[in-house]
Amino acid sequence: MGVATLFAVSIIIFSSMELLPGDFGQAILGQAATEDTVAAFRRELGLDQPAIVRYGQWLTAVLQGDLGTSFSGRNASGVDRSREVVDLVAPRLRNTLFLASMAALFAIPLSLVLGISTALYRNSVYDRSISMTTLTAISFPEFFVAYILILFLSSLSSVFPSLANVDADTQFGERVYRVALPALTLTLVIVAHMMRMTRAAIINLLASPYIQMARLSGASPTEVILKHALPNAWAPIATVIAFNLAYLVVGVVVVEVVFVYPGIGQLMVDAVARRDIPVVQGCALIFAMTYILLNLIADIIGIVTNPRLLYPK
Amino acid sequence: MMTKIFIEQQQKKLANGVIDRRHFMMSVLATGLAVPTVLSLADKAEAAAPNRGGLFRMGIAHGSTTDTLDSATSENHFTLINGYTFGNHLTEVSNTGELIPELAESYESSDAQRWVFNLRQGVEFHNGKTMTSEDVIASLAHHMGEDSTSAAKGLLTAVKSVTADGKNRVIFDLESANADFPYIVSDYHISIRPAGDMASGIGTGGYILQSFEPGVKTVLQRNPNYWKDGRAHFDEVELISIIDPTARQTALMNGDIDAMDRVDLKTINLFKRNPNVNILEITGTAHYTFPMRLNVDPFGDYDLRMALKHSIKRQELVDKILLGYGAVGNDHPISTANRYHNSDLPQREFDADKAAHHYKKSGHSGKIQLSASDAAFAGAVDAAQLIANSASEAGIEIEVVREPNDGYWSNVWNNDAKGWCACYWGGRPTEDWMFSAAYTNDTEWNDTAWKGTDSSKKFNSLVKEARAELSDTKRRELYYECQSLISDDGGSIVPLFNSFVSANSKAISTDKQIAANWDSDGAKCVERWWFA
Repeated sequence: MGVATLFAVSIIIFSSMELLPGDFGQAILGQAATEDTVAAFRRELGLDQPAIVRYGQWLTAVLQGDLGTSFSGRNASGVDRSREVVDLVAPRLRNTLFLASMAALFAIPLSLVLGISTALYRNSVYDRSISMTTLTAISFPEFFVAYILILFLSSLSSVFPSLANVDADTQFGERVYRVALPALTLTLVIVAHMMRMTRAAIINLLASPYIQMARLSGASPTEVILKHALPNAWAPIATVIAFNLAYLVVGVVVVEVVFVYPGIGQLMVDAVARRDIPVVQGCALIFAMTYILLNLIADIIGIVTNPRLLYPK
Repeated sequence: MMTKIFIEQQQKKLANGVIDRRHFMMSVLATGLAVPTVLSLADKAEAAAPNRGGLFRMGIAHGSTTDTLDSATSENHFTLINGYTFGNHLTEVSNTGELIPELAESYESSDAQRWVFNLRQGVEFHNGKTMTSEDVIASLAHHMGEDSTSAAKGLLTAVKSVTADGKNRVIFDLESANADFPYIVSDYHISIRPAGDMASGIGTGGYILQSFEPGVKTVLQRNPNYWKDGRAHFDEVELISIIDPTARQTALMNGDIDAMDRVDLKTINLFKRNPNVNILEITGTAHYTFPMRLNVDPFGDYDLRMALKHSIKRQELVDKILLGYGAVGNDHPISTANRYHNSDLPQREFDADKAAHHYKKSGHSGKIQLSASDAAFAGAVDAAQLIANSASEAGIEIEVVREPNDGYWSNVWNNDAKGWCACYWGGRPTEDWMFSAAYTNDTEWNDTAWKGTDSSKKFNSLVKEARAELSDTKRRELYYECQSLISDDGGSIVPLFNSFVSANSKAISTDKQIAANWDSDGAKCVERWWFA
């Protein structure tokens, strides 16, 4: 099922790249493009062949585990200096995963705790103020949240740096320090969704007869929620967490740009703008795989935490 | 004469710390000058002496993951600045705007058709190889020939052959005479690299590449064997691509970087208030244009073109689109920074009566479409709206068509499907280069298709004549007339010359005059600036 989805995704991406006007030569040369030079580019990159042939070549290579090389830097003066898509994507993907896990490390426990506690004290002043704060944070565009954080934590008080430009040699401690602001921004952006979902899932269950029974048997509200409601709420919570994790990997271009963080989002945007098809395809495959994997994990959690689903009816 | 040159050399050495004050005094006194004179000479040299050292970090508004170290496909300001750090060219446009020899020691021609370049001797590439004519020929060949994908290919089509005369001399034979040829080889694409290795970032420049991560950053270290006197003062350099203007400005204010290009004009007044920030502004050759294609109806009509040229409030565009950081244009592409700018030509102003008169004479009626997109230049759509507004005062109806940024240069600009659009030109250091890039009948980028009219025929022959002309006065006359022809009959509306506005921390010092050919001191700030 997953493989079929990947195949469909690759076809969609490839054909939509074909639909975009212009090609790599024109994009690289911009205003300076002449027919001669663009034609030389097309010959060099094999863009003069029909689309179906190029897709076939790409697919055969991918099935053998070869993502190909970027269009950029090929065959300059007889020496091929283009880089493998894998070499381009890997360090960027590592950076993105690092930022995503930093954000997730803050965001997931925070939203679970907030979600459970607001369910516990629902409709109290506490519940309302938490809901208001998180919903406010999610309502602002990401770059605005980012600029506000930069203003207060970097410009006015210089607690954290405003540039998160890490490279392969950056030490772990330094890395954590540099990504603090982007991670915080992402946390603010995703907490509301997960926290509201947790709260809703638990409150939804609180109306069920078995919770009534637990209450009648004398269990405390905390006990009711942690022991009786939560286990049944894991499936929807896991789904929404998976969704937000996937977002952290594939959708943080804006945050990357504001903090100058070398993540995979910027790589894909550049590649699309320059029509660097092999890189676009590589990124798209990784993004699709991230979604499929995370959803799979969420499904597994849903099944494992709900023993009824383990047995056929 | 000899002593003067000697003294200048000694002053340079003193300024760079090659010799000390005592050594300078002794050597210059030996030429027969009096002690007080020599003392003041020493003071002068030391006052201007740039300091050596420090880590220079620069935030650059461009940079893409598809960037390479091959100068042939250098396409944005990041690759441009980057290329100038580790590479040199045969000639260079200096900070005062003159053409000076760089890797060539001198160049000469008697007929402007056969150019002899004498190479500087003993210059080493970063890999230790000594630069010879073989490397120069290979570097030039990289941009020539059918299979070249170089953006500079069009510049060198007139080169018939490049031959070596020994190890230190290269001879260019051109198809036809070109008095400005030495300017052509200063183009940022035509970097001199070791033969057989055009793309790995090995050059002869003041900095040696340590690491290059496309679209992220470049790290460089000073070249201890740099041949050029009085340049490359920083020990280490980091060029960081920071595309977001707010992020770039914040980084400079917080001290995370020492300099940046392309200040956001909308916030410049707030930005200027920061005590750490220094703004550098210079009007160069870059300009915004609105080319009308003569081969597309209704722009073939002289009166219609005149009507539109008179219906633009140029100063309003400078004030609103450039927020004052620029100058008005006079419908030709030659700026005051060029050598032969025609200052006698009366400035064209908004004139509703003249516009209405020409419009009526053209007999055209109905809407005229103007295509624009911010890919042409920041604020192009707003500028088009302002033009539509002022034209309506003269009774001319203009419909602004907003085009997608993506693919603008291939689908809108220089395309017969669109008769009139917004465009940007970085400008060129010489008149001939600018004209042959966009206005002569043999260039592919003739975005106005200005070819058939009597004026354009005259223009083409004048450009050819001026190209082969070595006399300065004669060239001035010819270029003055060229500008007048474009301004009146040409298809391009050139309302604005935009300034380059960059910023640096107050700790940075620059030469008194900075170059006007590109942003950030001719894109050579890395080798020209220093920490005060």
